[in-house]
Amino acid sequence: MIIQKKSDIIPSEITPREVFENRRKFLQQAGFGLLAGAAAGLLANPSYAALGKSTSLHRVSNSLIKLPPFSKSQYGGGEKLTPYEDVTTYNNYYEFGTSKDEPAIHSKLFKPVPWTVSIEGQVKKNKTISIEDILKLAPLEERIYRMRCIEGWSMVIPWIGFPLAQLIKWAEPNANAKYVEFTSLADAHQMPGVNLPVLDWPYVEGLRMDEAMNPLTIMAVGLYGEALPNQNGAPMRLVVPWKYGIKGAKAIVKIRFTEEMPITTWMKAIPSEYGFYSNVNPQVPHPRWTQTSEKRIGAGLFAGRIKTLMFNGYTEQVGHMYAGMDLRKNF
Amino acid sequence: MRAWTCEKTFKNIMLGNLSKVPGKKLIAQIKVALFLLCLVPSLRLLWLAINDDLSANPIEFIERSTGFWTLFILLATLSLSPIRLLTGRTWQLQYRRMLGLFMFFYACLHVTTYLWLDYGFNWTDIINDVIKHNYVLVGTAAFLLTLPLAITSNNLMIRLLRERWKKLHYLVYIIAILGVIHFLWLVKKDLREPVFYGLILALLLATRIYYHFSNTKSNKKTPWKCK
Repeated sequence: MIIQKKSDIIPSEITPREVFENRRKFLQQAGFGLLAGAAAGLLANPSYAALGKSTSLHRVSNSLIKLPPFSKSQYGGGEKLTPYEDVTTYNNYYEFGTSKDEPAIHSKLFKPVPWTVSIEGQVKKNKTISIEDILKLAPLEERIYRMRCIEGWSMVIPWIGFPLAQLIKWAEPNANAKYVEFTSLADAHQMPGVNLPVLDWPYVEGLRMDEAMNPLTIMAVGLYGEALPNQNGAPMRLVVPWKYGIKGAKAIVKIRFTEEMPITTWMKAIPSEYGFYSNVNPQVPHPRWTQTSEKRIGAGLFAGRIKTLMFNGYTEQVGHMYAGMDLRKNF
Repeated sequence: MRAWTCEKTFKNIMLGNLSKVPGKKLIAQIKVALFLLCLVPSLRLLWLAINDDLSANPIEFIERSTGFWTLFILLATLSLSPIRLLTGRTWQLQYRRMLGLFMFFYACLHVTTYLWLDYGFNWTDIINDVIKHNYVLVGTAAFLLTLPLAITSNNLMIRLLRERWKKLHYLVYIIAILGVIHFLWLVKKDLREPVFYGLILALLLATRIYYHFSNTKSNKKTPWKCK
């Protein structure tokens, strides 16, 4: 008897011959379609249209994911947004390469769907959830946050997302859950940087439970009114605006609740420079970079530096969580 | 195999017909070409700045670019002597001063960008940055050491200082080592690039050391004179 192995490819996924043979043309057309659509979309939205650079020739939306409608929120506003082009071409995302321009180049073929996130550790029961279901968990809103990188630069980004607290509620952690650990995808086939032993892959980040539940902490699924571009962490990434950018784990595939403080990737890499908390703090010096001031991306060649604020300017919302803690020790 | 046979083989491979010394005119032409070539990185930066095309972080871009070309030209300058040691050719040494001064030119652009564009001449912040961050401290030291070399790079100073001039200009080795360390300590985790330049520098220095010791042993004054 011959047992035939069923093909892994479902018939609907097989590319028709004519499309395959014309793939270059197809890609070109798809590219132009995207560009035109994106340019039109940006121009139609007056709040983004002012950012001149953003309409230039860059792949704009993540066509693979459809975002449900989102509402504006009270967060942010007043501050000048970092141009779209800068937000999507200046990224620290070592899975796609260690220089800032590499993620935008090497993530072009990355597939953020299908995507599932597994929930593990100190929970009622382990489960998984698809990105489509995550998008239905809570209404999406736009949050304009400052993002301060530990390297001394910052941006102002209009994220689209929902409070992480909503996802945690759905995950049903038990009473032992004191910390949340986030694991990013490390797929060497899609992410060339993972082949380099620069960091101990996969990328791991973590938050204390109260930090994770803080209303400022969000899971971002989009920016500038559209689905998250691959280089910014598609399909879902963490945004913790009072902490340095390294805390924002991208392309999250696993969320684990733990009793012990998780060891993050950067803590493991250089313990003397990176601590678990990584709160933006101008009073705690870093052995490599100035933390008292920062360069705002997109401000131009002669803009100079601006003062870095305690907790990146979010003291009112988050300061109480660190009352009585020695932040020099707990950096 | 003894050193001199190594040398001979190497010469035969490397030289061929090129061992002929180029004429005065050609040497001058090469000098002009080198001069223009060395200007290209700075003109490129100017062009990119005019077109607002210096990436999302233009200041860092200029700092990185000028830093890279400082190190690159420094390594090029330091490779002229090993070429002499390995091949016996000497005419390329005539470009050493020009290359050295171009290294100084890019170092000046680098430091100016840092002081002016990056820190807006805010001396409190600058001093804090220099004292507290090792890579900045090392970079500052390297730059300060280039000053006496640039000042004494003219013929008058060479004549005035004589033997001391030579000793003073040994500083270039220290500068190169500090430059590589500056790059190495600046990088967060991906050390490939600085390690690569470090290896090139090590190779250039090792060649000198090798010839230095093989000379003292065999009591030869200059290896390139022996046929």
